[in-house]
Amino acid sequence: MKYYDKLIFELSKEGRIGYSLRKNGWTASTDSIPAGLRRPVPAALPQVSEVDVVRHYTNLSQMNFGVDTGFYPLGSCTMKYNPKINEEIAGMKGFQSLHPLQPASTVQGALQVYYEMDKSLAELTGMAHFTFNPCAGAHGELTGLMIMRQYHLLRGDLKRTKVIVPDSAHGTNPASAAVCGLDVVVVKSNADGLVDVEDLKPLLGDDVAGIMMTNPNTLGLFEKEILEIAELVHGCGGLLYYDGANMNPLLGVARPGDMGFDILHLNLHKSFSTPHGGGGPGSGPVGVCEKLVPYLPVPRVVKTSAGSFAVIGRAGAGKSNAAKNAEGCSESAGEVSGFLGNFLVILRAYAYILMIGKQNVKLLGKLASLNANYVKEILKDSYKLPIPSVCKHEFVFDGLIDDGASKASDGKGATTLDVAKRLLDYGFHAPTIYFPLLFHQALMIEPTETESKETLDDFIDVMKKIAVEAAETPDLLKTAPHNTPISRPDEVRAARHTILKYQDEETNPN
Amino acid sequence: MANFAYFPHTDEDIRQMLERIGVSSLDDLYSDVPETVKHNGDYDLPDAMSEDEVREYFEKLDKKDEKLKVFVGQGAYDHYAPSVVPYITSRSEFLTAYTPYQAEISQGTLRYIFEYQSMICALTGMDVSNASMYDGPTAAAEAVKMAPACTKHKTRVLISETLLPNVIKVIETYAKYHGIELGYIPVMDGHTSPHHMRAELSKGDVAGVVVPSVNRYGIIEDLTGFAEAIHEEGGIFIEYCDPSALAVLRTPGEWGADIAVGDGQSLGIPLSFGGPYVGFMACKNGYVRKMPGRIVGETVDSEGRRCFCLTLQAREQHIRREKATSNICSNESLMALYVTVYLSIMGPQGMKEVNDQSYAASHYLHDELLKTGKFEEVFTQPFLKEFVLKPLIPVEKLQMKLLDGGFFAGLETEEGYVTFCATERRTKAEIDELVKLVKEA
Amino acid sequence: MSKTIEGLRYSEDHEWVKVEGGTALIGITDFAQSSLGDITYADLPEAGDEVEAGEEFGALESVKASSELLSPVSGKVTEVNADLENAPEKINEDPYGTWIIKVELSDPSQVESLMDAAAYEEFTNK
Repeated sequence: MKYYDKLIFELSKEGRIGYSLRKNGWTASTDSIPAGLRRPVPAALPQVSEVDVVRHYTNLSQMNFGVDTGFYPLGSCTMKYNPKINEEIAGMKGFQSLHPLQPASTVQGALQVYYEMDKSLAELTGMAHFTFNPCAGAHGELTGLMIMRQYHLLRGDLKRTKVIVPDSAHGTNPASAAVCGLDVVVVKSNADGLVDVEDLKPLLGDDVAGIMMTNPNTLGLFEKEILEIAELVHGCGGLLYYDGANMNPLLGVARPGDMGFDILHLNLHKSFSTPHGGGGPGSGPVGVCEKLVPYLPVPRVVKTSAGSFAVIGRAGAGKSNAAKNAEGCSESAGEVSGFLGNFLVILRAYAYILMIGKQNVKLLGKLASLNANYVKEILKDSYKLPIPSVCKHEFVFDGLIDDGASKASDGKGATTLDVAKRLLDYGFHAPTIYFPLLFHQALMIEPTETESKETLDDFIDVMKKIAVEAAETPDLLKTAPHNTPISRPDEVRAARHTILKYQDEETNPN
Repeated sequence: MANFAYFPHTDEDIRQMLERIGVSSLDDLYSDVPETVKHNGDYDLPDAMSEDEVREYFEKLDKKDEKLKVFVGQGAYDHYAPSVVPYITSRSEFLTAYTPYQAEISQGTLRYIFEYQSMICALTGMDVSNASMYDGPTAAAEAVKMAPACTKHKTRVLISETLLPNVIKVIETYAKYHGIELGYIPVMDGHTSPHHMRAELSKGDVAGVVVPSVNRYGIIEDLTGFAEAIHEEGGIFIEYCDPSALAVLRTPGEWGADIAVGDGQSLGIPLSFGGPYVGFMACKNGYVRKMPGRIVGETVDSEGRRCFCLTLQAREQHIRREKATSNICSNESLMALYVTVYLSIMGPQGMKEVNDQSYAASHYLHDELLKTGKFEEVFTQPFLKEFVLKPLIPVEKLQMKLLDGGFFAGLETEEGYVTFCATERRTKAEIDELVKLVKEA
Repeated sequence: MSKTIEGLRYSEDHEWVKVEGGTALIGITDFAQSSLGDITYADLPEAGDEVEAGEEFGALESVKASSELLSPVSGKVTEVNADLENAPEKINEDPYGTWIIKVELSDPSQVESLMDAAAYEEFTNK
């Protein structure tokens, strides 16, 4: 990777163009729109040629690290390999050309994808039906909680406003609950890193809407008391929400629906191999048990008695179709996104499921857990392992065993941040750091099942080497990375003196 | 044992790794999972397919979909995307990366997001843009949630009934569960009624007002006096826009809006049956700390070189948890790259041409349809590329005739009007053919 | 070791109070600024706002954290430190010399219930 310091605006030259549009020979133009409704000056967009654009973005891409570049053990993010056949399918011109409001009779193929994905995910998770409308995991969480609230509201059970969230939960859990109008109550983890059932019991009552759980949790540990927890929460009239961010290790092994979960979201960009795209688009389908199906968001894809596929609950359905469109939707939690979710992401995930099939799924989760335990067992001699049990797909260290404090120029030892930065020098992406919040120096590693023993061995060697460097020459870590396109950015300066868009220095000396 | 392209483990690998862990089988890694919840049997899934079979499977599905000439908009527009857009966005360095947590090896993502933010500001005339959101309707809902935070806890938000139906519906869902009271501003002559807005504002406690720039009838709204009326009552002005149209229309900044939101699909993103698209949100400087979503900022590295990083993160959910104003923890990054590359290729001149051609094509279509005698005009206000007419023949008959001819056009609205839209992709020959079919209907 | 200053009063939320006549100057302690790290932004009330003892009156942000400011006393905000808008780092540089808001005390006895320097030192050492 090499440093490249241009912004597309800096390549701009007045009068240069990079586009080519069909000349239709029209004479009318937007100049006929009343002047008061038009912008007086054109937007300050770059004026560049096609080759400028291609070289610029190719250069930018070369300062980026992706799963295709190297090992990406980012805990809780399941950075597994993104198969290329998925991209080919999502790139098919036919699928890309469909308008979201086309009549159902003209999109039977697309609707069949939704129908079959629903069946596949229901089978893999033990739920009844899914909505695909949420565009990301956090969006799925919010949608799931809306379904939870709708269930209680329509039963007239209005005082259920509390949602219980473990202290090890992803930050999105409490944030989603608050956005959904629920009050968050935290349940503590016990010494084994699991939900403390004794701490949970006094929190339960007729004001509890439900509990949100991640299982395996963010420490990579299976919540083995789950059946008792389910009984307790259901016993007080609450529902169980499953945060599917960590579903990968359970694929082919166990199903949240069989554990008593009523609602869950999945991250198709995690367990189902769709690319993360630098932070999106993802897809966060939400599955529910049978009794919650009426509350699923609209629009929805359904199979008609005639065997074809239809969409119900579309916003703004035409006058002559309004009654039919609304049929079966009266209890729905509502619309959560513009149309039917991120279709091309769903297509990719379905291609993956077809490749996995009933044969390969049986090994999927197990190999993810095998990889994580292998790395953990070897590295625990160099890094503090606060909870020694067998993990699932990921595990958490609490910093270095020897941080080299006595050898550091400022007397402070190397931190988890420093380890993460040093890893970049060796060509690996860093693990998730400082999460979960239970440990001060958390370093969360998730290798996924798509990495070979050789890749893991290389990573282990580097992690050991970094531990030795930390103990002997901690300053080397504290100034890392040294071999990347840039060194550590000054984040304090970025936040204090915010520059959030390009300003032409000649016209805007600022 | 493992014999599958995406699992690199040989039998010997598995044996050695289990031995190193100190367990005797893969099942031993799950000894803490209660037997009663294990799924030991087969899953009812299709048999695993080869790549070739998967391709064939989807080709068959794709054949069941009809490829139509699209003459409908309603929030999803068939604009032309230059071939550079899919080419660049499919580069795996962009595609297979995640959120740029490690700035040192994510300068590619961070730089294009910074460029994206700059371009959104240029189009909207606003001060600051976030790094993008899920889609237009959810961006609007997030802006509605922002309004009370920007106005010291006022609780009501007014929305115009000229907004797209799915935008209204998504706002309603978010408002219902978040606890925001909505008021509605009715339509007058195809336009948000300023008179009714003032009446609603005078009832007090209004945190914000959401009005479209180009509305669901395709009409360009004249928002003269809106900002003043809203600000006088202490509320914020949220404008919902089609960003492609903003290349020629008066900007939210010029109308005095505080927040601009909308869907970036019209900027180089294929229709794709509704997603993935990208929502944008931009605001005035004073509201940046209430704005949800990621933001990229410029800074320097330890050697003084210009670089970029995520900034103002203290607003976000992973820090504020239940106190955050939004639960959003990512953006729609790759789709923001579509927008950035598209706008780089098109430039100001290309964007003008896109709008001019869309304007010309849709106005030609509008006039020719009226000449058929099968429609009546509903509104006479200026429109850009989309319009509604009142059909004088049964809608179903009209739609079937057009569908049979390979056209998706004349989508019916709640009021029983039919909508049409023509972008720069629609040729005069296509329009003439469509009009001929209408005459026969 | 973080510093304390004799003559100031301290809250359990790590704010200090200095009384001048009927007005209280409020800032955050050295302990608070050092645990928060480089302060990048101060979200502050406006003069004329009412504050309640124990209630939030603003927040301080660092790169990776956001910390609420809880008022140790009740009363009306008479002045807000305008320097902090562009230079929040002053709190890091001189926490006891940088007041954040001035409050006209509605109940001066509230100050008496706050800790003195010795008690606060003991409190932070726990």
